[in-house]
Amino acid sequence: MNGGNGDGDLRIGVYVCHCGINIASMVDVEKVAERAAAMPHVVVARDYKYMCSDPGQQMIAQDVRNHRLNRIVVAACSPLLHEKTFRGAVERAGLNPFFFHMANIREHDAWVHENRDEATTKAIDLIRAAVRRVGHHKALERRTVSINPNVLVVGGGIAGIHAALKIADAGRRVYLVERELSIGGHMAKFDKTFPTLDCAACILTPKMSQVKDHPNITLWTYSEVAGVEGFVGNFKAKIRRKPRYIDEETCVGCLECIEACIFKEGKFPDEYNEGLSKRKPMYIPFPQAVPQVTAIDPETCLHFKTGKCKQPCVSVCDRKAIDFDQKERIEEIEVGAIVIGTGFQTFNPTDRLPQYGYKILDNVYTALEVERLVNSSGPTGGEVVLRDGSRPRAVGILHCIGSRDTKTNIWCSRVCCMYSLKLAHLVHERTKAEVYNFYIDMRAPGKGYEEFYNRLLEEGVHFIRGKVGGVTDWAMVPEEEGRLVIRVEDTLGGFVRRVPVDMVVLSTGLEPRADADDVRRTFNISCSTEGFFLERHPKLAPVETASDGIYLAGCCQAPKDIPDTVAQAGAAAAEALALIDRGEVELEPNTAYIDADECSGCKSCLSLCPYNAISFIEEKKKAEINEALCKGCGTCVAACPSGSIIQNLFEDDEIFSEIAEVLSDV
Amino acid sequence: MQYVYYPGCSLKGTGRAYEESVLAVFDKLGIQLAELEDWNCCGATAYMSVDEHRSFALAARNLALAERQAPDTAMVVPCSGCYLTLNKTCHIVKDYPEIAQEVKTALDRAGLEWKNRVEVRHPLDILVQDLGLDTIRQAVVRPLKGLKVAPYYGCQIVRPYSTFDHQIYPTSMDHLLEALGATVMHYPLKTKCCGGSMTGTVPEVGKRLSYILLNEAKKREADLMATVCPLCQFNLDAYARDAAHAYGPVNMPVVYFTQLMGLAFGLSAKQVGLQRNIVSAMGSLKKFCSTGAAGAAATAK
Amino acid sequence: MKIKQSIRYDSERSSQFTKEVVSRPGGEMIQACIQCGTCSGVCPLSNYMDRTPRQIIYLAREGFGDEVLHSRTIWMCTSCYACSVECPRGIKITDAMYALKRMAIERGTYPRRFPIPVLARTFFAMVRRNGRTNESQLAAILFLKTNWLQLLNNARLGLDLIRTGRFSMFKWERIEGRAELNAILSDDGKPE
Ligand SMILES: Cc1cc2nc3c(=O)[nH]c(=O)nc-3n(C[C@H](O)[C@H](O)[C@H](O)COP(=O)(O)OP(=O)(O)OC[C@H]3O[C@@H](n4cnc5c(N)ncnc54)[C@H](O)[C@@H]3O)c2cc1C
Ligand code: SF4
Ligand code: SF4
Repeated sequence: MNGGNGDGDLRIGVYVCHCGINIASMVDVEKVAERAAAMPHVVVARDYKYMCSDPGQQMIAQDVRNHRLNRIVVAACSPLLHEKTFRGAVERAGLNPFFFHMANIREHDAWVHENRDEATTKAIDLIRAAVRRVGHHKALERRTVSINPNVLVVGGGIAGIHAALKIADAGRRVYLVERELSIGGHMAKFDKTFPTLDCAACILTPKMSQVKDHPNITLWTYSEVAGVEGFVGNFKAKIRRKPRYIDEETCVGCLECIEACIFKEGKFPDEYNEGLSKRKPMYIPFPQAVPQVTAIDPETCLHFKTGKCKQPCVSVCDRKAIDFDQKERIEEIEVGAIVIGTGFQTFNPTDRLPQYGYKILDNVYTALEVERLVNSSGPTGGEVVLRDGSRPRAVGILHCIGSRDTKTNIWCSRVCCMYSLKLAHLVHERTKAEVYNFYIDMRAPGKGYEEFYNRLLEEGVHFIRGKVGGVTDWAMVPEEEGRLVIRVEDTLGGFVRRVPVDMVVLSTGLEPRADADDVRRTFNISCSTEGFFLERHPKLAPVETASDGIYLAGCCQAPKDIPDTVAQAGAAAAEALALIDRGEVELEPNTAYIDADECSGCKSCLSLCPYNAISFIEEKKKAEINEALCKGCGTCVAACPSGSIIQNLFEDDEIFSEIAEVLSDV
Repeated sequence: MQYVYYPGCSLKGTGRAYEESVLAVFDKLGIQLAELEDWNCCGATAYMSVDEHRSFALAARNLALAERQAPDTAMVVPCSGCYLTLNKTCHIVKDYPEIAQEVKTALDRAGLEWKNRVEVRHPLDILVQDLGLDTIRQAVVRPLKGLKVAPYYGCQIVRPYSTFDHQIYPTSMDHLLEALGATVMHYPLKTKCCGGSMTGTVPEVGKRLSYILLNEAKKREADLMATVCPLCQFNLDAYARDAAHAYGPVNMPVVYFTQLMGLAFGLSAKQVGLQRNIVSAMGSLKKFCSTGAAGAAATAK
Repeated sequence: MKIKQSIRYDSERSSQFTKEVVSRPGGEMIQACIQCGTCSGVCPLSNYMDRTPRQIIYLAREGFGDEVLHSRTIWMCTSCYACSVECPRGIKITDAMYALKRMAIERGTYPRRFPIPVLARTFFAMVRRNGRTNESQLAAILFLKTNWLQLLNNARLGLDLIRTGRFSMFKWERIEGRAELNAILSDDGKPE
């Protein structure tokens, strides 16, 4: 049934696709089909408008039946797009799906050439090569492996939280790994969220506690993924759990230890408040932190620094949860799928954009700092005050700091316009100050966003179109004395302006985390040029990665707002669940095997295999490949000095015959 | 059908031909118009920029008189300026309670009451919406076959308040003129300002705007332009010579749509006041005039 | 070459000005302007203005009162309402222009050669006296008071109007209820 393999038996069908006009406009498809019909062993050759369509596929099946074909060549688009489609068609027609080869005459030909005759000749060459190659194809069986139903979620921002809850609700075990002491990510720092201005804590805190309480979620905070091995359905991950010097199981979050700490006042910059307040060495990042467990910062703790602390914390903790000897631990887990939601960092203007005066002029803040200032649980209890405690009379919000600029980040960070509007509203509400927004373009392309912009306009906030040139404390006229002066071209008014304010807010953009490249390596995924993690397809596979079984959610993929982050997290969860529900995965039969007769036992291949699939059989003094582990990367095949490693789908005959034909005209 | 008729100052002065033709045509169609008794100046759009409140008060007196003279009867206002001012007053008092109060106090002093019930409507609106094109078609005795007309609405009858036609590209007059048998062309400037209000302030620009309108109609080979507004008609007719002097020769008569209706209904040139045009329209209209005498009279110097 | 420095200091702005415009009928919504330029795009006069309607709205919103009230633009507006019906934010630009014209008259910042106040005074006196206006007389008085040379230029037009029976220099249009009208116009809080 699978047809013979000898040359004498070969009966090949060739199908040339027009792809609408994608191919047909540059390649004379009729002529190509005519020529293909005359090639050795070709029994039928046809051209058709859309080979991938139902009628196109049926045409193949019919010809297989009527002409007793046993090899099929389709000349169309990239195999990436439709190899699977046509293999399916071939299989349904009763042939082994690997008795098929695809010639790419679209991406490799029609789309990249400008001369129709030459493109047509090239198409003929490519098809001749494919016809020759397909004669060498062997019948292959696909392998299946079962899928581990657990899922690893990396990053506990709103993306990770949402994905974890969805997967756990579907009854699967989730390991949620968060680097910081609490989950929540950036969202946990906000007071209100645009465009509806609903309270961030009110919508986030319940989800955070759900994570903590969910029977299917194992939450590891203050932890990181140290390494990942394996492949889709069968990953092995090592999680490094850093010591917080508090036993998470026994601590009940009464916070007595913080009260008791030898430091009577906070003394060290509080990271969670962007350094706008001080904390003790014993601390909890914020009141609603999940888990409600304190931590000791060994960098500042007197005991760790000097060993001479009286340890009032230990004496006050009747649960005996404090453990100065806690060590880093490694957890090893097995999962079938991974969702990455490691988020973003904000652009840091220090040193890079001194013209805006950040860290030079007292009252220049970043947006994230102001998020804390307007937050009722922030360092000022929600009061917007300057460093000297006074209220600003005028506030300038500078959009696009670090974004849309070839010198910093070229991309638009997508959320800054909207969060600037939010901050404008909140600052105006709290201080009654005159608020100015300086913007290049107002970008409000979400549901309810334009309406929010309109609302701000009507509230009387100023919108001055122009990227600010600089912020200075150099006064030119008396009214500017002692204030910050913003110099800007008012492009709509058609003149340059100096606008004196008391507070400057830098709306800094979103960028990949500094360690994104390390994370990328750990999970063997790719980054796009700007450094965000790369999705498999920008439109059709926005949450998948090039590595099967690894999905993306939230701002680690690109800047986005909370609604889009949550939507993407839901999609990533659905993809992971869909994978797990399949129970098993079919693998490409492109594994390598060793021709034992040829193997000299040199062991060169052993260390090269990235998947540890090759072992050495001492008794036989030969290497052997574990087919279940082989990923078909081909490294060993190329390295074997005696040429005794063969890879299915890429056998020497197949490749050499293809090359020979494609070059036969040259 | 019965309406109150508000002529306004123009229709008694420079826009006399408009009044003559409106009255003649409505009479022919059996629609009764009763002139608003003792009407006063509408308040005039130009005056609005100086003293809006007095403008509203002036307008309100007319509206109050109309309600008293014929309750629940719409008022026909042919002049676009009056039409806008009166309509604007109706809208403003709805939107601004303080202004409504001021207007009320002013009327109180004169013992007048205005309930803001009277509808202010344009003859074009009445003819097309209330009467209908079919009736108009039936009244035609001398179709205006072959007459090429550029329909010019001006700004203020469609903007900003009227609802009977599109505010940028109205078509009701187009259809009406077609019903008379005329050929109505696509005239892209049909609601572009004629510059009338600028002739007193910035004459260079006023002239320029008029010239653009006239010249465009000429380029499109119109025999004449038809308008609905006495201010536009006056401006385009009376300053045509100045405009031509400044920008180049253009001889484009501008007539009221009601004058064309009158001719089609068999009235004489004189009956619809065609002799009052400064730029004579008789060249293309002569063949539609009932008697040679009337036509001759209209062209006579 | 004369070098002129041009930069706008904050002292040239007045939020009071913005508030005043916003408080007048038509001005309420100017702060909602998104600066799209539709108004200037449709305005038949924008190509003759020193500031486009969009800029006027912007400058008014930002409080650059002097600049707005000295602009020729507000006097170039012919009240055609093209902008008002097209504005995507529903701003009543034409009415805002009216408000600005009135503010300019109140502050005396209209262009010197504009006969606007003379026109207004003459108009008002005539309406008060007769209840109606006589365009011919109005025009004549206006020209005499402002630029009588122009009257000569327009003599030809006068003749045309007389010839066509449209000129009524000596015919009085008068209403009966003049007392009533005077009551209405007398004391409505607005000085003449
Ligand atoms: C100033 C400002 C205001 C904003 N306001 C709004 C708003 O009002 N409304 C709105 O819709 N959007 C707003 N946004 C956007 C919003 O912050 C993001 O859409 C959202 O936070 C994205 O969530 P995330 O989970 O993808 O990333 P993050 O919030 O960054 O969360 C990522 C999490 O992953 C953890 N992590 C990172 N690396 C690792 C690692 N290697 N291993 C383990 N864990 C790791 C981090 O600690 C963090 O907890 C605002 C953004 C900014 C900068
Ligand atoms: S059309 Fe309206 S919104 Fe647009 S610039 Fe003009 S006033 Fe502003
Ligand atoms: S109303 Fe005035 S500003 Fe608006 S389009 Fe007409 S002329 Fe221009």
